[in-house]
Amino acid sequence: MEADAAQNPNPSPVPPPISAYYQTRAEHHAVVSSDWLAHAAAAASFPGADAAAADATAPPPSPGVGGVIEEFNFWRRKPEAAEAVAAIMALAAVIRSSRATTMMELEIELKKASDKLKSWDATSISLSAACDLFMRFVTRTSHLEHEKFDAAKSRLIERGEKFGEISLKARKTIAMLSQDFIYDGCTVLVHGYSRVVLEVLKLAASNRKIFRVLCTEGRPDRTGLRMSNELAALSIPVKVLIDSAVAYSMDEVDMVFVGADGVVESGGIINMMGTYQIALVAHSMNKPVYVAAESYKFARLYPLDQKDMTPAHRPIDFGVPVPTGVEVETSARDYTPPQYLTLLLTDLGVLTPSVVSDELIQLYL
Amino acid sequence: MDIRRPPPRSSSGGVEPRFRQVGFVTSAEPEAEPAPAASPPAPDGLSTGARSPVMIPPPLIPDHLHAPVPVPVPAPASESQSFMPSSPPPASSSRLEAASDLDDDDDVDVSWARPPPPALPEPYKRYLTEKKNEDAPASFSQKPKLSRAERRATQEAQRAAKAAAKEAGLKSTAMASDVNTKLSKQPKTAKTSLKKDMTQVNPPVASDKKTSVHPPDKDRKKDGPQPRMQFDNAHRVVKAKKRSIVNQSEAQNRVELFRHLPQYAHGTQLPDLESKFFQPDLMHPSVYKVGLQYLSGNISGGNARCIAMLLAFREAINDYSTPAEKILSRDLTAKISSFVSFLIECRPLSISMGNAIRFLKNRITKLPLTLSESEAKASLQSDVDRFINEKIIVADKVIVSHAVTKIRDDDVLLTYGSPSVIEMIFDHAHEIGKRFRVVVVDSRPNLEGQGLLRRLVAKGISCTYTHINAVSYIMHEATRVFLGASSVLSNGTVYSRAGTASVAMVAHAFGVPVLVCCEAYKFHERVQLDSICSNELGDPDAISRVPGGKSSSHLKNWADNENFHLLNLKYDITPSDYVSMLITDYGMLPPTSVPVIVREYRREHFIACTIDLLHWHGLLNHLGQSELPASKDCCFDTEQTPHMCADAKSKAFSALDMCSSPKGRGEPQHCCRLATPMGTLIPGSLQPDGPSTSPFSELSENVVRN
Repeated sequence: MEADAAQNPNPSPVPPPISAYYQTRAEHHAVVSSDWLAHAAAAASFPGADAAAADATAPPPSPGVGGVIEEFNFWRRKPEAAEAVAAIMALAAVIRSSRATTMMELEIELKKASDKLKSWDATSISLSAACDLFMRFVTRTSHLEHEKFDAAKSRLIERGEKFGEISLKARKTIAMLSQDFIYDGCTVLVHGYSRVVLEVLKLAASNRKIFRVLCTEGRPDRTGLRMSNELAALSIPVKVLIDSAVAYSMDEVDMVFVGADGVVESGGIINMMGTYQIALVAHSMNKPVYVAAESYKFARLYPLDQKDMTPAHRPIDFGVPVPTGVEVETSARDYTPPQYLTLLLTDLGVLTPSVVSDELIQLYL
Repeated sequence: MDIRRPPPRSSSGGVEPRFRQVGFVTSAEPEAEPAPAASPPAPDGLSTGARSPVMIPPPLIPDHLHAPVPVPVPAPASESQSFMPSSPPPASSSRLEAASDLDDDDDVDVSWARPPPPALPEPYKRYLTEKKNEDAPASFSQKPKLSRAERRATQEAQRAAKAAAKEAGLKSTAMASDVNTKLSKQPKTAKTSLKKDMTQVNPPVASDKKTSVHPPDKDRKKDGPQPRMQFDNAHRVVKAKKRSIVNQSEAQNRVELFRHLPQYAHGTQLPDLESKFFQPDLMHPSVYKVGLQYLSGNISGGNARCIAMLLAFREAINDYSTPAEKILSRDLTAKISSFVSFLIECRPLSISMGNAIRFLKNRITKLPLTLSESEAKASLQSDVDRFINEKIIVADKVIVSHAVTKIRDDDVLLTYGSPSVIEMIFDHAHEIGKRFRVVVVDSRPNLEGQGLLRRLVAKGISCTYTHINAVSYIMHEATRVFLGASSVLSNGTVYSRAGTASVAMVAHAFGVPVLVCCEAYKFHERVQLDSICSNELGDPDAISRVPGGKSSSHLKNWADNENFHLLNLKYDITPSDYVSMLITDYGMLPPTSVPVIVREYRREHFIACTIDLLHWHGLLNHLGQSELPASKDCCFDTEQTPHMCADAKSKAFSALDMCSSPKGRGEPQHCCRLATPMGTLIPGSLQPDGPSTSPFSELSENVVRN
């Protein structure tokens, strides 16, 4: 894929920086080569994040704040690990290797590390949300005030490591909550590859629900193909659409299930490119749009429109060289305003979009 | 006062069904209570052992209708206000009424939209009113049990009867002296009230007096805080006039739909008031000055008016000395109330001012009695300073810092009128080097936008000026619409300068995001659906005068024509659908989150006590001594001691257990919200087994999962 990007005679004079977040996603979920089935199988058999998370000694020793990026990258490579979990792991490692002797020092050190992490990849919403959340623990956890410093420190580390489990647990919770929404005989449209949505459909299939799934192709990294592969392995009837066939097939769809890269304060979501148009089409045809997202993806952002976000770019492979003088829209994500979403299925419960802000206020104010 | 104790409940936590309450919830508990005993409260010694009158609103001097007891003559202002200090500060907009109509105060000041059960503050409030009525306690216990609606109906009937009696020219003194006349009169007056109301049932419930079930609009009036004095109610207007300093003369040709709003002939009373300036006993000079400035329009704009008022109060507090045999906290509250009613006569209060007054009165009533006078005054003055600084000045800075992040280069920002905070945003964005253009939309009659335009152009910002007629033409150029607000109501409705709604709607139609900037202290828990029921009428002459040209003479003698009305509405409301984002000092929020902020913000106002162990014990002792803490809704704030929170929380659990045990005096619904830094806990989610183990859930303790 990277090689393809190099082939592209991209006309823009300075190619925009590639979003690390979407690069990782592409590496984990995309179909990049002809033997993608083998790749996918290999990825599926990779030990999950829970195993990795439990193994606290695995990460290489990181030298303080400077190593937080490496630490983060180490965790990020694991395909089952959510970005947020990787961030928490990295911050936990900072605490572990910290030579601070007071809570205040540790806090400042952590703040530096989390700022660094956030600025390293400004395009990842769950990364910054997770950093904020973790900082919230440190600054707000009152147990720590009463304990000895060492005890408090180890408690923080322990917390950080628990976070990985929570992220998995959140997916299970969401899957359970969403079972009420999937009924026998329904047709579900999914967009791209989302671990939560996959979990939801998996559980529905194991509950012997009879339903059909339409997968979009998920250009440019064709994550939809990966999704359809996983679903077919569960013997769920799947049909793959090209992204532009969404409106065409919307009338046979009963509900739309999407994941989210981030849930913003307005209750809207930021997700892989194409979600907005699917939501628009679904809205105009009165089909419900359900978003499955873990609550650590809730971010204190409030985009007003599509351009009001940190741009996240991603190379696009058109298969043929792009003619010179032609510009390519390389943005990797779009913003779906809350009025086009029906419900958010989160580990906090089934929420209407307007509740997201209430939760955020309670979390951060 | 064990009459307040509800039926014992086994536990606050475990038995409750686990359900998730999100946002602005009212506990369902009051409804679950048994029908409250109807006997109105009696002073402690005379308590007849009635159970749980928690739900009973304070009685409307019922005695003159069924008891041979002298009716209290409508008290002069100072006397009636002497009851105010310990009463919870009234909702902002009903202040005039609260100040003037305490003698028939059947309107519970409790706003129905508040999260804790509305029953909570009533006992306390009732305790106040019953003091007033304690000359007739014996008659209370004879009343049969009534449901809430029935009681309300009774009160309405009584009120109508009273009004009718007044209209009939019955002197209240005569009523008081001659009981027989009154009793013979009573059926007649009650009948008139029945005639008024089409639906009337239910005489068997209270046979000694006629009751009627009123149409729902009466109910609504009673449930919620009355927005403000209804100026089409001649009876009340006359009463309010008696005490007013400002000699307002009613304007002619009032618009039918807006008769409930005060409409005065403008410009006549200023010289008269100015001449009164040096009368010593009238009003504190600084308050008087601010009042005159409101009247003349020299101070306008929500923040400016609020700051001016607070500074005047601050000065008045500085010069205040407690009269002999009075308590500072009570006398000063009365004093402030009289200031406020004077200011209202000059110009109706804005919601922001109402909130500020509420804050100040709350601080006064919360003053520890142990403080000396000078200490108390110093503490109040620093409170006022803190309010101005934190809630207005710093809040504006925070808003500006948020708002500039939404301004990109090459934006065209459209604004309407001249909101101070918007001007600060533009200034700041210009200072930090953003390139943008401003469209100032203005409207008659005030043309405030011209001032904004002048200042922006002087700073070198490129501007376009247009009137609101052209807003649909200019809107396609705009990329952002920045609006100010006088208030934001809890359904997300924006209450702002008239014309704002049109701008917002046009922007919505053009797909331009509308950003409303408003400090959180201007939020109000009221819900308003139209701009009619609560608004402010400006000078009608202002719109009849057209600057320049001969056409200005067309409307010269408009008041002579009976069929002609001029309407100069000052505010309108913008439904939340047309607002993309609210920028407040709490960050950028969707308008749906206003109730959350109102709740969190109120918490700061009504701090019963800061939770730490000592306070908890003190509080429990307090409850044990049958006295509710003098707060409206008994929420306990731990925000101030975040490091104590977890500890305090566990204590809170045990404390609540104690509360809910049959032996404890406090009821959990009195502590129905437990505000912790981790969010607001609701009793249903209080788990005696403490916080769960997962770190994430600890952040959202109140969220009951699954």
